[in-house]
Amino acid sequence: MIPHMRDMSPLLSVSDARLRFGEVTALDGVSLALHPGECLGLVGHNGAGKSTLVNVLNGSLSPHAGRVIADGHAGRWDVTTARALGLRCVFQELSLCPNLTVAENARILHRGHFGPRWRAEARRLAREALDAVFPGHGIDVQAQVASLALAQRQMVEIALAFAEAGRPARLVILDEPTSSLDAGVAGQLLAHIRRFVAGGGTVVLISHILSEVLATATRIVVMKDGRVVADRPADSFTQAGLVAAMGSTARERRRPGRNGLSGPVTPLVVQEMARGLPVRVAAGEVVGLSGLAGHGQTEMLRALHDRLAPGWIAGRRPKVAYVAGDRRHDGILPLWSIRRNLTISALASLARRGLVDERAEAAIAEHWRARIGIRSPDLGLPILSLSGGNQQKVLFARALLAEAPLVLMDDPLRGVDVGTKQEIYDIIRAEAAAGRAFVWYSTEIEEMELCDRVYVFREGAAVAELTGDRISEAAILAASFAGPDTEAAA
Amino acid sequence: MRPSSDLIRLALPFVALGALLGGVFWLQPRAMSYTGLNLLFNLAVPIALATLAQMFIIAVNDLDLSMGAFVGFAACVTATFLNETPWLGGLILLASVAVYAALGVVIHLRRLPAIVVTLGMSFVWLGLAVMILPAPGGAAPGWLRTLMTVRPPGIPMALAASLLIALAAHLVVARSALGVVIRGVGGNERSVARAGWSVLHARAAAYALAGLFGVLSGMALVGLTTSADANIALRYTLLSIAGVILGGGEFVGGRVSAVGAVAGALTLALAGSFLSFLRLSPDWQIGAQGAILILVLALRLGLDAIEQRRARA
Repeated sequence: MIPHMRDMSPLLSVSDARLRFGEVTALDGVSLALHPGECLGLVGHNGAGKSTLVNVLNGSLSPHAGRVIADGHAGRWDVTTARALGLRCVFQELSLCPNLTVAENARILHRGHFGPRWRAEARRLAREALDAVFPGHGIDVQAQVASLALAQRQMVEIALAFAEAGRPARLVILDEPTSSLDAGVAGQLLAHIRRFVAGGGTVVLISHILSEVLATATRIVVMKDGRVVADRPADSFTQAGLVAAMGSTARERRRPGRNGLSGPVTPLVVQEMARGLPVRVAAGEVVGLSGLAGHGQTEMLRALHDRLAPGWIAGRRPKVAYVAGDRRHDGILPLWSIRRNLTISALASLARRGLVDERAEAAIAEHWRARIGIRSPDLGLPILSLSGGNQQKVLFARALLAEAPLVLMDDPLRGVDVGTKQEIYDIIRAEAAAGRAFVWYSTEIEEMELCDRVYVFREGAAVAELTGDRISEAAILAASFAGPDTEAAA
Repeated sequence: MRPSSDLIRLALPFVALGALLGGVFWLQPRAMSYTGLNLLFNLAVPIALATLAQMFIIAVNDLDLSMGAFVGFAACVTATFLNETPWLGGLILLASVAVYAALGVVIHLRRLPAIVVTLGMSFVWLGLAVMILPAPGGAAPGWLRTLMTVRPPGIPMALAASLLIALAAHLVVARSALGVVIRGVGGNERSVARAGWSVLHARAAAYALAGLFGVLSGMALVGLTTSADANIALRYTLLSIAGVILGGGEFVGGRVSAVGAVAGALTLALAGSFLSFLRLSPDWQIGAQGAILILVLALRLGLDAIEQRRARA
């Protein structure tokens, strides 16, 4: 796969790694070798397998099949051996202890490096690490991390990953390191990466800013659907070429049964945001929220829900219903029966003089069981007796039961099998045709093609609005990954 | 430069303490003396020790609901076994510290909620204490009595001891590597584990330290009261939690301060005396003590809100 084999043996390599999470294939036979003195750019859309691959590389996950070879040895590979090799990771979610000072975090991160007078040593280490990567950073190493700005915290985390403490860093994995840095500081980081690589170090750089990857990486690997689809030297890629590589080659577009709203429609709700485009939703419309995961889609849904949901007094007819993405965490009531899980959203209309009319409850539950096909012999069984896909159907039915004109969906089909997905797509289309509006955040681009209007999010704001035939994988990818210079193209 | 939020946090218990002390002196000027101060803060030392014990548990994001019962148990052992057969008493107290460490291990390994485990343990400690000492009684070992009633020149014993205890606990929790790891577990358990530390070890150490300070609290209490009773310290559970929070700690996130916790404990101890000087009927005292607590904690919430607004700006 690697067109430019080097003389040096790889520092770390995985061969034919395969990993499944339940229904989802996260890695489908990935082979990758990391050599000393290279910066590997890793790009791909949601679910392409980047994070899973990083977790295999750093030893947090072990693949179900395939081998990890470090420094020529195919032994045990876990977090401890990864650290022993000199592997350091900077994750997207900050992994410092916010209640400790910068120096104390250095103490935690570099275990076994310090003597009895560790406080002064840790201060010096943190200061030197920051000076090396971000000259003129202005960060007090005795300040508590929680008191630093987000960008400063990220700078601390990056600097400590590169720090010279005990075992030198040989392989640094950076997952979206510049997401909260301004251009000047990001430039300092990229310059440091080049210096580090020139000195024989290895860096894996994951970023949604393609211009950064193109300018810094020596080699770029593009992933899609758990596979490596391109692996070439960085200078053979262009920005447009990268976006094209991330998309699928040719797939027929399926968009049946769209109700073909066109022209200006009166919006049901408009959610203005601090930055970016306002999100408009009209009755009978399916509005998609897309872009890379964690770029503000869930926050937007929450804000919309909080605005419309009753604060003190719940009326009989709710204005909004919410289908949670994290089923176990904020969806199902795990100790209740299927029926009760279903009807909780409509208790107000099922109650007579404050008591729940159990016959009406059973009737409405049976109606929805038939309508969306919940596969269970008895709705009195506990909800956990259902498969994940059927649990999700119950949550859908719960939201539809509430008779709210607007349904918000927070990536509800994650990890649901294809058959159930199709059934739910049909229900959504039928309900939209009947005049209900949906706001649908999904990490899967194909699902966006079922929408009437799509907003692509980047860095906490909607940056592109696509309607009708302009909704395509290519357009969504281009908008999610755009660097500063492709803003116009989106 | 604006004072850091930590400084404001730490200042609050001292301001509250100063305000209460001012109130007491205004009501009863004669309290402004060596003997007066000694009497005012008489029972502060065991409360401060129990608060520090609770602080170690809160530092790892847990909560100990058995603190009062445990201090009572330690007091009963001190007043009986430690007095009569010192080696056996010492052994029992050491074993109880080991039980605390084991609790930390169990809570961590089985992922049990600490509140439930310690609530259950509170009945165990109380039951053991009643078995040891069915009726109030026992006697303080002579050396302990001497230690707790010593009259150092210039500064009352209660204050001097509080200072020493705060300093010792501060060294452990803020300056030692162990303290950093314990607080790190409270702040971001996953990143501590990723860096190669044993979170199990850290939690067990935090619980063992809590057990140690709990034992010291029980011993100090007996040294002051000269006898013990199984129910002697049941209030300490809630007092210790309130003291930690009053002293700038947070329930989650590993933000604790040893100096603040001791100041918080002194404030709570003084609140009782202050109300007595107000000639408030004893029927109302517990309620009024609660009102003072709510007032000071409301100030804390206000400061937190200011801090958050600043962070956003």
